[in-house]
Amino acid sequence: MSNLLSLSSVAKKIWMSLMGLFLFTFLLVHLSLNLTMITSPDSGLFNEAAHFMGTNPFIQVFQWVLFAGFIVHIILGLILQVQNWMARPNAYKKKASSEQSFFSKYMIHTAVVIFVFLIIHFLNFFLVAKGLIGEIGEVTIDGVTMEDMAGLVFDLFANPAYVVFYIIALLFLGFHLDHGIQSAFQSLGLNHPKYTPCIKNAGRLLAIVITLGYVLIPLVIYFTK
Amino acid sequence: MTKIDSKIPEGPLAEKWTNYKNHQNLVNPANKIKIDIIVVGTGLAGGAAAASLGEMGFNVKVFCIQDSPRRAHSIAAQGGINAAKNYPNDGDSVYRLFYDTVKGGDYRAREANVYRLAEVSNNIIDQCVAQGVPFAREYGGTLDNRSFGGALVSRTFYARGQTGQQLLLGAYSALSKEINKGSVELFTRREMLDLVKIDGKARGIIVRNLVTGKLERHSAHAVLVASGGYGNVFFLSTNAMTSNGGAAWRSYKRGAFFGNPSFVQIHPTCIPVHGDFQSKLTLMSESLRNDGRIWVPKKKEDAGKIQKGELRPTEIAEDDRDYYLERRYPAFGNLVPRDVASRAAKERCDAGFGVGTTGLAVYLDFKHAIGRLGKNVIEARYGNLFQMYEKIVDENPYETPMMIYPAIHYAMGGIWVDYELQTTVPGLFFGGEANFSDHGANRLGASALMQGLSDGYFVLPYTMQNYLADQITVPRYDINSKEFEQTEKDVQERIDKLISVKGDETVDSFHKRLGLIMWDNVGMARTKEGLEKAIKEISALRKEFYQRVKVPGDKSGMNVELEKALRVADFLELGELMARDALNRSESCGGHFREESKTPEGEALRDDENFTYVSAWEFKGNDVEPELHKEPLTYENIEVKQRNYKTA
Amino acid sequence: MDLKLKIWRQSGPDAKGEFKEYPIQDISKDSSFLEMMDVLNEQLVSKGEEPVAFDHDCREGICGMCSLFINGRPHGPDDAITTCQLHMRKFHDGETVTIEPWRAKPFPIIKDLMVDRSAFDEIIQAGGFVSVSTGGVPDANAIPIKKVNADLAMDAAACIGCGACVAACKNASAMLFVSAKVSQFALLPQGRVEAKERVEKMVAKMDDIGFGNCTNTYACEAECPKEISVANIARMNREFFAAKVS
Repeated sequence: MSNLLSLSSVAKKIWMSLMGLFLFTFLLVHLSLNLTMITSPDSGLFNEAAHFMGTNPFIQVFQWVLFAGFIVHIILGLILQVQNWMARPNAYKKKASSEQSFFSKYMIHTAVVIFVFLIIHFLNFFLVAKGLIGEIGEVTIDGVTMEDMAGLVFDLFANPAYVVFYIIALLFLGFHLDHGIQSAFQSLGLNHPKYTPCIKNAGRLLAIVITLGYVLIPLVIYFTK
Repeated sequence: MTKIDSKIPEGPLAEKWTNYKNHQNLVNPANKIKIDIIVVGTGLAGGAAAASLGEMGFNVKVFCIQDSPRRAHSIAAQGGINAAKNYPNDGDSVYRLFYDTVKGGDYRAREANVYRLAEVSNNIIDQCVAQGVPFAREYGGTLDNRSFGGALVSRTFYARGQTGQQLLLGAYSALSKEINKGSVELFTRREMLDLVKIDGKARGIIVRNLVTGKLERHSAHAVLVASGGYGNVFFLSTNAMTSNGGAAWRSYKRGAFFGNPSFVQIHPTCIPVHGDFQSKLTLMSESLRNDGRIWVPKKKEDAGKIQKGELRPTEIAEDDRDYYLERRYPAFGNLVPRDVASRAAKERCDAGFGVGTTGLAVYLDFKHAIGRLGKNVIEARYGNLFQMYEKIVDENPYETPMMIYPAIHYAMGGIWVDYELQTTVPGLFFGGEANFSDHGANRLGASALMQGLSDGYFVLPYTMQNYLADQITVPRYDINSKEFEQTEKDVQERIDKLISVKGDETVDSFHKRLGLIMWDNVGMARTKEGLEKAIKEISALRKEFYQRVKVPGDKSGMNVELEKALRVADFLELGELMARDALNRSESCGGHFREESKTPEGEALRDDENFTYVSAWEFKGNDVEPELHKEPLTYENIEVKQRNYKTA
Repeated sequence: MDLKLKIWRQSGPDAKGEFKEYPIQDISKDSSFLEMMDVLNEQLVSKGEEPVAFDHDCREGICGMCSLFINGRPHGPDDAITTCQLHMRKFHDGETVTIEPWRAKPFPIIKDLMVDRSAFDEIIQAGGFVSVSTGGVPDANAIPIKKVNADLAMDAAACIGCGACVAACKNASAMLFVSAKVSQFALLPQGRVEAKERVEKMVAKMDDIGFGNCTNTYACEAECPKEISVANIARMNREFFAAKVS
């Protein structure tokens, strides 16, 4: 923590963006796994994948790296935000109206929503899958008995309130990514007159695609299962 | 007869400066730290000198009126800086730059100084490039040059339309480096209000802290003032709002002679005045004249219709346009020196051919250039200037010709200095625009930056050292001495006097009235009657000022009105001296045009027999006529001729 | 045109400030914003009231002295200009114009609309220079510089140090200002010699003074009167990264 505090502003931003991009790759992997729930009809593939992720020793180690990534991104984000508030103790009385990257204004707000979602998500799935809280059914695929993660998901997505909450949270993730992806490139110094417009567009497109992908799953499950 | 000695070194012209440097006195490195130097002003001359003196090891205190040294008005110079590098291989040389500058100044500048200026011009470019000044470059990576008014070669280095800014930021970075090192101490938002003399030598200054309102005393072994020009005496000028003649005027009243006060430059390409509330005039770079053609309607009735808004300039046929500069000066055309271009514009407008709602404007037209080179090229060359014009005037100069009119821009006159840039007060040096400088009666474009940096980087650090060599045994001065006490008291009295008037007219109102007297009588065309009238009117206005000026607030704390009142009080005296000098010089030369002295074609006519001298005025007391000293000018290396821009 | 001005008045750095309203009449559309302020101050002085303190000097958009946060934007409702170049035709008759000082911890208010921007000077003093002394430098053409790099350096060097970037940034970050100077020197061979030390020292000083962190909102670029690009911030990030890993 004190190490993070003593980093210069630019170093903090570089770490922030590296962690952000790292978490973004995790989102891609996670999404590709989730999509198997609606692509393979009996959702066995999803359970198998979840089982692989839950038992593979490399993944088991790597999940701590991922966890650390989250922690660094969150703590740095908080430090940055608090310092930024401190840099202007007396706010403007008239609302500032300069043109700027729209969601950049709300990164801390979208982050808080995502953080709350993350905790609930953790309680709903990760800790349950680990057998630490709640109960989870079992299935046997090709002679291997494993947790019925798909069943857990289907149960939760049967609840319309949960679906709505999930979709809203994921929209906020989309907002966060819309600014976050291109911003990470800028913080890493990757700005070029030719490529930056592409990066900005690709970042926005990815944010939309990822959000749509995640949002599609509960909708399909809710309306078809 | 004379009390003045210009101290020009012996020897042939080209060797004078080298000889000087070879024989000057030096201060050994260990002793430099014991010597304090005050520098007033952080423009090109002040900033460069302070940085260089700091690098040498002197203990420097530098003062600026703005909140940062980077804001000095040198920053506003647009066009470029001259140097005799001859990179374009068009036949330039140190001699040619020297010759053009003396000729441009209408043979009223000191030969030795101008030669030195031309000589060090090349070092300036080297120095600035080494500092990281981003001059314009060719595709091959070498420096680009362009041509400028009054010259037949391309010797002007430039950084877009922001050359002054970039050179100043170069000097500012050097200064910042020294501040960081501790050799220079910076005082911002301070205004010099008086000079402190001890035993006849300059030993300190009194400044007012513009934030707290407190008077501060600062002592030193030598004082360098580089506070810029006094163009704001005209109220409307291209100078910045805080540019003032106070430091120079106070030095004059403490014994420094004032050189050629009537020599001010009127720049031909400014945006015309648009209303009574106007606070300043905006300059459009002279470089516009490279591609723009200046004209007014040939027929008076067309001009009348344009003034009434019944006719647009684009509706005037080519044959009905009078490209008067090309007509009168075929060899130089639109690129004649500034004084010539300004006067020609005034002549046309006075004759009733002016345009704009006031009739006090001429057109600067890019139609032909756009047709010949394409809009893209013009945009690349002048895009930012066109944009600026459109923001101010709300007209698109790509479609409608620009309107321009001359405006006060630069003071060639200033405190008289010798070859060492030392004034008649020992230990008091003047640099940059603040001294009477090397430009004679008219300054060529892109020469002000050259002179400021030449003084600051390459002249003053040597000559001040020469003066300081025998000062190493002089201990630091106590700011509680009776001289400091008395000078501060004098300043305090001036302040109290202004505040106690409690009249009914604002400072700006007086300033505008002074400006009007100056512009009408001591402006572009001067007559004996006008100047005599101006002297009377200014004197009367000064009396009225001390009876009716309204300065609200008190002397403690920030008081912008008080600041302005102190400056206008000085202008009210300086303006009179300018008129006096203009009256004395009954010839026309450069920017100084006396209606009584002109050729049959209306060109300026010098009187070399009677006026080949610098006028140096000595203060003799309030309400006492100042004494005129004459520094004769001798030209050994140049044949003095009537300036001719009609044929090359 | 007639306007209602809502101006922030504050007698000193620690005093409590407040808005005061001043109606003003018959302002010409062709006058500049600061000329309008001059008219107001003339009227205040005539009435014996204290004029509004605000910074200004060259009045041609180059010295960087003028500031003012006008209707929610630094330098007011026009792009790529300073307040002194803003003209009243950008406002409409009867409009209420709110004028505040620039607000940031490193820019304390001196009085009314005047702020202290010496923090910028301190950052330059920390490393915004090439360490060459007067004299003893090579011929100007001895180092050829690619035109494209010279042009990019000039783009960055155009900064006037007005502080609009800090004023506009929701984080009061000075990254655009600092990166402009770092970029100018990073792009030129003269500046490369000290590139590593320069970026480290200038960033450290910027942080030390208490400017906020950059979150790439790009409000700075949108408000910069000289249109300095955020590409300079990216370049500084690269320079910083290179300095730290080398």
